[in-house]
Amino acid sequence: MSLQHVTTTVNGDATEFLCDAAETLLDALRDRLGLTGSKEGCASGDCGACSVMLDGRLVCSCLVLAAEADGREVETIEGMAGTGELHPLQTKFLELGALQCGICTPGFLVAAKALLDENPDPDETEVRYWLAGNLCRCTGYDKIIRAVLETAADLREE
Amino acid sequence: MRYEAPRTLADATGMLASCQGTARVLAGGTDLLVALRSGLVEPELVVDIKRIPGMADIVAEDGGWRVGAAVPGAALGHHDGVCRAWPGVVEAVELIGSTQIQGRATMVGNLCNASPAADSVPAMMAAGALARIAGPDGTERDVPVGDVAIGPGVTSLAPGELVASIFLPETPARSGDAYLRLIPRTEMDIAVVGAAVSLTLDEGGCCTAAKVVLGAVGPRALVVEDGAAAILGTTLDDEALAALERVASAAARPIDDKRGTVPYRRKVAGVLARRAAHIASRRAGEKS
Repeated sequence: MSLQHVTTTVNGDATEFLCDAAETLLDALRDRLGLTGSKEGCASGDCGACSVMLDGRLVCSCLVLAAEADGREVETIEGMAGTGELHPLQTKFLELGALQCGICTPGFLVAAKALLDENPDPDETEVRYWLAGNLCRCTGYDKIIRAVLETAADLREE
Repeated sequence: MRYEAPRTLADATGMLASCQGTARVLAGGTDLLVALRSGLVEPELVVDIKRIPGMADIVAEDGGWRVGAAVPGAALGHHDGVCRAWPGVVEAVELIGSTQIQGRATMVGNLCNASPAADSVPAMMAAGALARIAGPDGTERDVPVGDVAIGPGVTSLAPGELVASIFLPETPARSGDAYLRLIPRTEMDIAVVGAAVSLTLDEGGCCTAAKVVLGAVGPRALVVEDGAAAILGTTLDDEALAALERVASAAARPIDDKRGTVPYRRKVAGVLARRAAHIASRRAGEKS
């Protein structure tokens, strides 16, 4: 099987890697680039633990071929915090204890950031629907929703 | 497996036509990658059509809209023109999966996956949408959307052909459409029954044109001619809507499975057809 050569941008950095034609973007991020923040939960697009931004759109990286990322821009959880400081969503998740085991957390954070970038003032129903593709099996949804709503409110005041 | 991302439609159809083994078209990949992962399909060739110019565009044409095969649901849902013209088609597409799935899944992919429960297909059929099929040697033909998916997982596409775009026609004045589906939860499930209605009213509120299409109650989406007849020439009064409900239930040809029994699906098909007609007529009234 011949390997694909992929040139892409990950979290603002020009990156290249070789991958199998059938390899997912999630596997390439984790195994080729060492970016293990994106998690594999279901590998079928149901759980959202592998959520990344691809050319500005929220997607499941388990449902993207790594080869498709050629020439595109990928943003992962690793790019979310600034230098030496967490993103306000990350800080709020910690403050409110909006996580238990943490496997779903990177996906929730990437998805929640995508929501707030598009809609800085979502109501609770909008947050719940937007995050319906992110599953938390510790069932900690209420704290997660509250963290997103409170972060949105904080960011609007800035 | 070989991955190709051609830059022209002719290259894409040429690659598909010359492939000796199984070839698959990749647009949003939300069905294909799941099938690859589970071993359901082991293609020799995957042709990613997203690098072909125009594939991700929504373009005004003859008063209607042409939607490229690589337009994801999220882009369609943000397009004011399509949302105004065909809200029922847009709501059907937006029911497919989560925010993440909407970032990738396409209307054409939903059609070509050929699931009997595909949400966008009844809505497109009710809208009178045409699929533009590109074939090898640069051929193009336009066929009604209902002629593409002909059975569970089966399309009428010949080897080397792909659906390049969907054309949603111009909506006459006082027209509206709607799509409803029943699932056992509020989000992210496969339709137990789907119902799409598109209709046009005259100045007095009398129905002059109608299409009624059911999903998930047969091997392919089902046009209910009697359903259209039940509301044509009426003001969609209670009697007409009751008649529509009766004939839609009678037309359904569902199977028993874990999602619902035959009698349940029949009952729901009628209820959803009636409710969708009601919403479509309200929307038509708002667009006078």
